[in-house]
Amino acid sequence: MKRSITVTVNGQSRTAQVEARLLLVHFLREELGLRGAHVGCDTTSCGVCTVLLDGLPVKSCTMFAVQADARTITTVEGMVSNGRLHPVQQAFKDEHGLQCGFCTPAMMLVASALLEDNPDPSEEEIRWAISGNLCRCTGYQNIVKAVQAAAAAPDPAPAEQGSTT
Amino acid sequence: MTATTQQPEQTGWLGRSVTRKEDDRLIAGRGNYIEDVVLPNMLHMAILRSPYAHARIKGIDASAAQALPGVVAVVTGDLLAEHKLAWMPTMSGDTQAVLATDKVRFQGQEVACVVAEDRYAAHDALDLIEVDYEPLPPVVDPFRALEEGAPLIRDDKEGQTDNRIYHWEAGDGEATDRAFADADRVVEIDTHYPRSHPAPLECCGCVADVNPASGRATIYMTSQAPHAIRTVFALVTGLPEQNIQIISPDIGGGFGNKVPVYPGYVVATAASLLLGRPVKWIEDRTGNLISTGFARDFHMHGELALREDGTMLGLRVKMLSDQGYAYADAQPSKFKAGLFHMVTGSYDLPAAHVITDGAYTNKAPGGVAYRCSFRITEASFLVERLVNTAAYELGMDPAELRRRNFITADQFPYTSATGFVYDSGDYGPALDLALEKVGYRELREEQARLREEGKLLGIGIASMTEALGAGPSRDYDILGIKMFDSAELRVHPTGKAILKLGVRHQGQGHETTFAQIVAHELGIPPEDVLVHEGDTDNTPYGLGTYASRSTPTAGAAAAMVSRKLRDKARKIAAHLLEVAETDLEWDNDRFSVAGAPEKVSTIQDIAFAAYTNHPQGMEAGLEGVHYYDPPNLTFPFATYIVVVEVDADTGQWKPRTVVAVDDCGVRINPMIVEGQIMGGLTEGYAMSAMQQITFDEDGNCIGANFMDYLLPTAWETPHFDLYDTCTPSPHHPLGAKGVGESATVGSPAAFVNAVVDAVAHLGVRDIDMPVTSDRVWEAVRAARQDG
Repeated sequence: MKRSITVTVNGQSRTAQVEARLLLVHFLREELGLRGAHVGCDTTSCGVCTVLLDGLPVKSCTMFAVQADARTITTVEGMVSNGRLHPVQQAFKDEHGLQCGFCTPAMMLVASALLEDNPDPSEEEIRWAISGNLCRCTGYQNIVKAVQAAAAAPDPAPAEQGSTT
Repeated sequence: MTATTQQPEQTGWLGRSVTRKEDDRLIAGRGNYIEDVVLPNMLHMAILRSPYAHARIKGIDASAAQALPGVVAVVTGDLLAEHKLAWMPTMSGDTQAVLATDKVRFQGQEVACVVAEDRYAAHDALDLIEVDYEPLPPVVDPFRALEEGAPLIRDDKEGQTDNRIYHWEAGDGEATDRAFADADRVVEIDTHYPRSHPAPLECCGCVADVNPASGRATIYMTSQAPHAIRTVFALVTGLPEQNIQIISPDIGGGFGNKVPVYPGYVVATAASLLLGRPVKWIEDRTGNLISTGFARDFHMHGELALREDGTMLGLRVKMLSDQGYAYADAQPSKFKAGLFHMVTGSYDLPAAHVITDGAYTNKAPGGVAYRCSFRITEASFLVERLVNTAAYELGMDPAELRRRNFITADQFPYTSATGFVYDSGDYGPALDLALEKVGYRELREEQARLREEGKLLGIGIASMTEALGAGPSRDYDILGIKMFDSAELRVHPTGKAILKLGVRHQGQGHETTFAQIVAHELGIPPEDVLVHEGDTDNTPYGLGTYASRSTPTAGAAAAMVSRKLRDKARKIAAHLLEVAETDLEWDNDRFSVAGAPEKVSTIQDIAFAAYTNHPQGMEAGLEGVHYYDPPNLTFPFATYIVVVEVDADTGQWKPRTVVAVDDCGVRINPMIVEGQIMGGLTEGYAMSAMQQITFDEDGNCIGANFMDYLLPTAWETPHFDLYDTCTPSPHHPLGAKGVGESATVGSPAAFVNAVVDAVAHLGVRDIDMPVTSDRVWEAVRAARQDG
């Protein structure tokens, strides 16, 4: 039996009929076509499926889509605003914070949530914040550097409020 | 003291840390990984695996599964056998079951596949398949496997009467015996390099799309070696090779795990062929860890013969490889234990004898080159542990013992006792730089001071050398296919280019590095060069990306094809400028006329002319292809020094400092090279500290998920301090050497040496990997009891 859910995803309200057992990551990937969230372990261990739920990181492979009803989700596709990369995205590129890229969307979302909460984190705080997300390529050092660089980056120009869209 | 060798001055695009071209799509979440491939009318496949390590299959009842709504087909071994597809060759020329018919031979073996309209239905149906197993005694220990009377695992193979796979030797036994007879001291070590798994974060998968009308098979696949896979597929399925297209999309990490052909790929293709619809198979993590290519699992005994003054005289090594139920290393066919015989490492050892055996056990097949040149990781670990043990036994400093026995710079090219011809090296400066940067002398003083306070500090060194870039075709082939690689370069009329390669990156940055090579050779800036890999219809043949071979082979091919086009460009420039070719001088991106520097023709001018105004009698266009067969392997080297703090009461240890001095010759993109080194160091740390897959006495796999098979997070992973020296490869066109795996090969010994060093004064000489806190605690306890 399907249930109706309404989720705000990257600022847009999305309503869908879903099976109760549909995983959130499958809902995002297959129903909404948001392919930045990946699946890596099925057991909440690797974190490549991480998205932000009401601003906080969650692992979308161990959440049902119905649990996201009436809540707000941000995926990597929502990090770009007004055609501009999020400072974390830019920093990951500048600091070589990614190699194969499979963990990267999740890692960047966790980093952006950290910086929302703590705009000037220490290396230790960064390492702790991303410790629920595995990376097999980089050895994390450049990811830490990227988060530090993003923290130090000047605030992006304010979004063009009230412009006609 | 500073290194005598440094990177050459940056010229043009060589040695420049260009940010990566591939990142734009990856940071936007717009990569195209296998899970992202969706075709119309596509079906989903799931695999049923054996719960037993060894059992006879008495029957399979799939009727309930078949009847489940959404299920389209259940594929069993018997069905595949009707099409002669129940077995397939491995990369080492052995055989492996696609789906089990007679017996299962490891826990997790593929028994049946469900193909359904959606993935949930496919997985539901797995629970409804009834398999009647008759359990058989499993063989878990490779030493037991070789004993008289051990259950025969491969009774399917004609003529196979025991569990021995191979016996292979390298070096000179008699000369080594003489060296040992002359020795003042013999030190030995017995160690197991544990079974590990590359565990890329993306599991394996494919989408097979066989068009029943045309007979054409397009297979999207997580493959590090798509061309070799195409040929193997042609041989396995009988499909004509021109009708097979392997497309390897973005790959979420490989590390050797995605080189072999796995049963899932073959069944999905067979199912697509039988059903006439695309079939997608995405492996789950347990399937990945329990069934796909494991790594390592060598039981090694090493003996080193020395004079009292520390001079090394000979090395004798016996090794038993636990191969699982099939011999499936993806490695050159000439060498049965890969490049394990490079076990003499960085040392001028006059004599060596390496005796290797491989045994079948009831475990998953594999033996893949996990960030490794075909078993060279195990070799490097053994010799670097052995040298450390020798230092303690002789009462010498481990750095000094290494230095005393290094192959010296004037000995290159150096022929080793087991037959490798080292192209170049200068190990002393790399060691000296590492010692200086880590503050070695001060650390030894601190260590002594802390010991008096009852605190434990350890300093571990590994001075690694290895052989990368397989390979010269005279010695290196996989299943008979020679290990050259290739590049095709097409310069378009507007001066933009596409470079097509036979390799396939999985995060190594080829789209940037190889564009820089073209830019360096031909002057077309990297942003104007599209690098294309992974589509067998649209790239020249090559053996793929693993064993750090891409830059030594395909990178060289990219340079050579660029030079070919530059030769043609010179002819066109001469035509455009109306001078003789010999009057032209090349500078970065243009030809100018000697003595009249204002008369120039840029590469862009020339490219346009190649299609609009080429000389009469010359072929139009500016395109070429080059197949590069390297004259030798490249021999990068490094010294890694790890400093650890050990808690004697709990056995817990923590790296305090990690210094890495890598020499991989000329660095094309230093940022990317350093990224590779840091990734490699992390895997080295992982291996030393936590990664292992074990089995209980019934052959149940312990380590089939990320809660049992531990990978390091950012929290435990140490900070790395990187330095370099530069000894260019004398035969690579750019002087570059492979690097991706160096730190994974060399650093595990540095971590283990550091922990052992912390407790060596108590008499501890060895702690097996992974060096868990309980093992450290136990080693200290035992040493204190003995003492």
